[in-house]
Amino acid sequence: MRVLLEVDDLCVNYGRIEAIRNVSFTVDEGEIVTLIGANGAGKTTTMKTVSGLRPVRLGSIRFQGKDITNMPAHDRPVLGIAQSPEGRGCFVGMSVLENLDMGAYARKDRKSPKVKEDLDRVFGLFPRLAERKSQVAGTMSGGEQQMLAIGRALMADPKLLLLDEPSMGLAPKLIQQIFDIVTEINKQGTTVLLVEQNAAQALKRAHRAYILETGEIVREGTGAELAADPAVKAAYLGGDT
Amino acid sequence: MNAVRNFFHSIRVRLGKLPRWAQLVLWGLVVLLVYLLPIINPPFLTTTGSDFGAVLFSCAMYSLVAIGLNIVIGYAGLLDLGYIGFFAIGAYTVGMLGSAHATLPLILLVPAAIVVTMISGVLLGAPTLRVRGDYLAIVTLGFGEIVRLVLVNSGWTNGSRGISNIPTPPSIELFDIPHISWQGLTAFVDLETTTTFLKFSVTDSVPYYWLTLTLVFIVLFLDWLMQNSRVGRAWEATREDEDAAELMGVPTFRFKLLAFATGAAIGGLSGAMFATKQQFINPENFTIIYSVLFVAMVVVGGQGNRWGVVFAAVLLTWAPEKFRFLADGRFFLFGILLMALAIFRPQGLIPPKRTVRARKAEEEETEILEEGHAHA
Repeated sequence: MRVLLEVDDLCVNYGRIEAIRNVSFTVDEGEIVTLIGANGAGKTTTMKTVSGLRPVRLGSIRFQGKDITNMPAHDRPVLGIAQSPEGRGCFVGMSVLENLDMGAYARKDRKSPKVKEDLDRVFGLFPRLAERKSQVAGTMSGGEQQMLAIGRALMADPKLLLLDEPSMGLAPKLIQQIFDIVTEINKQGTTVLLVEQNAAQALKRAHRAYILETGEIVREGTGAELAADPAVKAAYLGGDT
Repeated sequence: MNAVRNFFHSIRVRLGKLPRWAQLVLWGLVVLLVYLLPIINPPFLTTTGSDFGAVLFSCAMYSLVAIGLNIVIGYAGLLDLGYIGFFAIGAYTVGMLGSAHATLPLILLVPAAIVVTMISGVLLGAPTLRVRGDYLAIVTLGFGEIVRLVLVNSGWTNGSRGISNIPTPPSIELFDIPHISWQGLTAFVDLETTTTFLKFSVTDSVPYYWLTLTLVFIVLFLDWLMQNSRVGRAWEATREDEDAAELMGVPTFRFKLLAFATGAAIGGLSGAMFATKQQFINPENFTIIYSVLFVAMVVVGGQGNRWGVVFAAVLLTWAPEKFRFLADGRFFLFGILLMALAIFRPQGLIPPKRTVRARKAEEEETEILEEGHAHA
């Protein structure tokens, strides 16, 4: 399998504070890769750096072999990187359809019928959104907004989908549903990089996983390996799940 | 307020049912009426203490300002507290190139004013638009004052003496139009007071009103085109969530700069109209209080709604002239009304549909939270 994303020795600072240090990982085409870790471990910082919202201090990011370390965030969707941001980040004053339309904003082929197909794909994955096409995003529940944020990222027709804490603040039943959809999206051929606090679900769904602790990667392995590891179990899975 | 909204809504529905040609005729009549306002002098609307034509000219001029500032504040969500600076640069471009340092005709001065203010918008925006929120407000506030202070202290701009003999637009004197006067509610033709079509002079403001009103309609049309294009959507996304907009592929900095420059250009156009109408300008015309008044127009009207801000611009220009007899009491009243507005209608008098929707969403969400339902 070909490497899609290569992150090498990444260091990112907030002012003088080091948020992440020497973080290296790769994502192959067709995989679900997850970064798990506690609050403040640097997961969201890593994600924001990959999508271009945070500047890199040291290290490099390569996408399909191309160096994108210093590429502005708004040029990355064109290459095929789309992010569903943490805390959903829908445009609350816009309708569902307008939000999805914004997702396709940067596409070169936005006037082709392919966009309509992608819209149908999103509605297929999230029938709820199809029912609520003209509803204003701000009036929807947390779960629906999360679906919208993921759907909006898919409208960019990404090669790599970045999901930042899709389970945050959702009811357990809904978390299950969201992760089922993430798996489904991956099966349809989109590579996924997933950042999660819900380690149990993330490890279950991911092909490979990395564990972040205070800004550094401390463990890596396949999802199953890490899920079975006693140390990981004790620290992140907390017994029964 | 709901009764008023329903009233307007029912009118809109009824108008919508009329055939296309009837709608066009109706719109044409409304526009014609607006043009003829200074000739007709409608009893309640007309101002007794000051020349009604001049008041209407100011209304049109400030409408331009409000439309321009609405692009910056209402569409792109950037709080600009130094808009008078662009207005001043537009006026001074006309003054400097039309009288003080050259004698270009007005037909060239107006485009020059637009270009110069647009460039100054880019020059101010490029370094400052990287800061967000309150910082931008402070920087722009400073900019407005800096422009005024430079005008006062620079010999090149004639300092506080200002610039006089600013050229007027070319006149073509075709025919005289008599005004209408009113005795109570009976109208009669006043042959003593006439407006010559089209003679620009110090004594008659009406031709300036017509010129500026025409510009208002043109700018409104361009504003509509922009807002309904990809540019408008990019502004909206940037205003709602800058990071999310970046992630969608919107170069937010470039679009903020575009909003800033477009807004500045319209402010400059308005300043150019001011200069040619007054034929004399000095730095005292461009004090900081105007920046505040301009922001008030946009906020009172409803940020993001072009008709709302135009309405507020007209209201806030006309009312002080209408109630001139109250003297300083007007400002007291204005302050009270602003406070009332902030409490009872913070989204402005005529907010855009979107704000209404988003607000409703927010209210529903609070209700849900207050009722204690865990909403998944």
